[in-house]
Amino acid sequence: MAADTPERTLRLKLRVWRQRAGRPGAFEEHELPAVPVSASFLEMMDMLNEQLVRQGREAFAFDHDCREGICGMCSMTINGMPHGPIPGVTTCQLHMRNFRDGETITVEPWRARAFPVLKDLVVDRSGFDRVIQAGGFITVRTGSAPEANNTPVPKAVSDEAMDAAECIGCGACVASCKNGSAMLFVGAKVTHLSILPQGQPERERRALAMVKAMDEAGFGNCTNYGECQAHCPKSITLDVIARLNREYVRARVKEFFSTTGKPRKGGD
Amino acid sequence: MSDSTCQACRPSSIGKKVVMAITGLVLAGFVLGHMSGNLLMFKGPAAIDAYAAWLHANPALVWTARLVLLVSTAAHIWAGVTLTLENRAARDGGPSVEATRRASLGSRTMPYTGLVLLAFIVFHLLHYTFQAAALGGRKFDSVYAMVVAGFTSVPVSAFYIVSMLLLCLHLGHGFSSLFQTLGLRNERWRNRLDRLALAYAWIVALGFVSIPLAVLTGCLK
Repeated sequence: MAADTPERTLRLKLRVWRQRAGRPGAFEEHELPAVPVSASFLEMMDMLNEQLVRQGREAFAFDHDCREGICGMCSMTINGMPHGPIPGVTTCQLHMRNFRDGETITVEPWRARAFPVLKDLVVDRSGFDRVIQAGGFITVRTGSAPEANNTPVPKAVSDEAMDAAECIGCGACVASCKNGSAMLFVGAKVTHLSILPQGQPERERRALAMVKAMDEAGFGNCTNYGECQAHCPKSITLDVIARLNREYVRARVKEFFSTTGKPRKGGD
Repeated sequence: MSDSTCQACRPSSIGKKVVMAITGLVLAGFVLGHMSGNLLMFKGPAAIDAYAAWLHANPALVWTARLVLLVSTAAHIWAGVTLTLENRAARDGGPSVEATRRASLGSRTMPYTGLVLLAFIVFHLLHYTFQAAALGGRKFDSVYAMVVAGFTSVPVSAFYIVSMLLLCLHLGHGFSSLFQTLGLRNERWRNRLDRLALAYAWIVALGFVSIPLAVLTGCLK
């Protein structure tokens, strides 16, 4: 495009969710007269907020950080689709050229009981943090870094672990799931850590603890809709859920038949 | 250990799903066997009546099967109801605009098809196993005669056919879903298992539906 050619712009009607924590929310309607098609969705939201501030009104709160699709902060349900209409991208990497001139766009927060709204489009995703605290770690000796080549990792295993590790923990899987289930997220973490040699010491404990934390956080149960895979900005597949199911059952069986140890003095 | 007792009384999400999958597998296996037995109708009264007589001559086999089916059905319903209620609560209403990218019709209607099938099972047992009200309390010596008499009624046949088509929808999702729940699936096998489940569901449903259709069209009388 030549530098002096004006960029195509869109006139947009926006229905955006306004809510304070603990109180009922509602949609507010706004119009933006000229949104450049090269703007990202978050830049469009910035334009809306600037317009609101100029009018002396309150800006919409929304989560964002890196704006390059890797931090997992942005979290908007756009026309019913977490991260919007284009599969495999985050909201920050979604560009306005994917919308039509005159279109009405509905923007709302992640909807799930485990993700209560903090303000407007910002939800509390600490349920994910509790799942990670429960088992999203490996045991390593602190101090000087070990020699990397001491622990050989087969290429196929490393690839699979890396695919699962692509999960940025944004929560789109929960928001897209008709059951509010977090199985894709938990599956990705369990897959990533449990297939690498470094993750073996906690393998069973991790599967049991992460599923327990997931259930306690109020996420739903997977019924194999497949919506999470279709909406995941990193295109994580249902493979990780099958592996999580397998890891969990394996851990329960191993726990059930674990040796009870030598009898201690004074009974049990 | 107090922790493990607590886990036993409150099964985990995956625990309930495994119950769903294993009992579903038992029930899916049963409908295929039941359908195969029913097809003896097409071999004539002697064949199906001999099969029925053989079953009655083996009470241990029949009652073991009945017990396993009863327990499986009860557990399947318990898991289904619990999971559905928990999932409704976890979804918290969902977004104001509902967008579906991939979830199949079967997967989205599992609780409803399941409920219709439960009603069907109750009716079906009263109808043929207990030979109750629907047949005017008539008792039949011949299974063949009983089935023909039963399906001569258009409403009974219609309910039966609709229920079997809903069974097809239910199995189409359930039979492939159970592999995922038991951890026996990946992206390479997903499409193959989905097709297998679809074929299984249609074979079972068409096998069942063929009998009331044959009675209504006069092929069986």
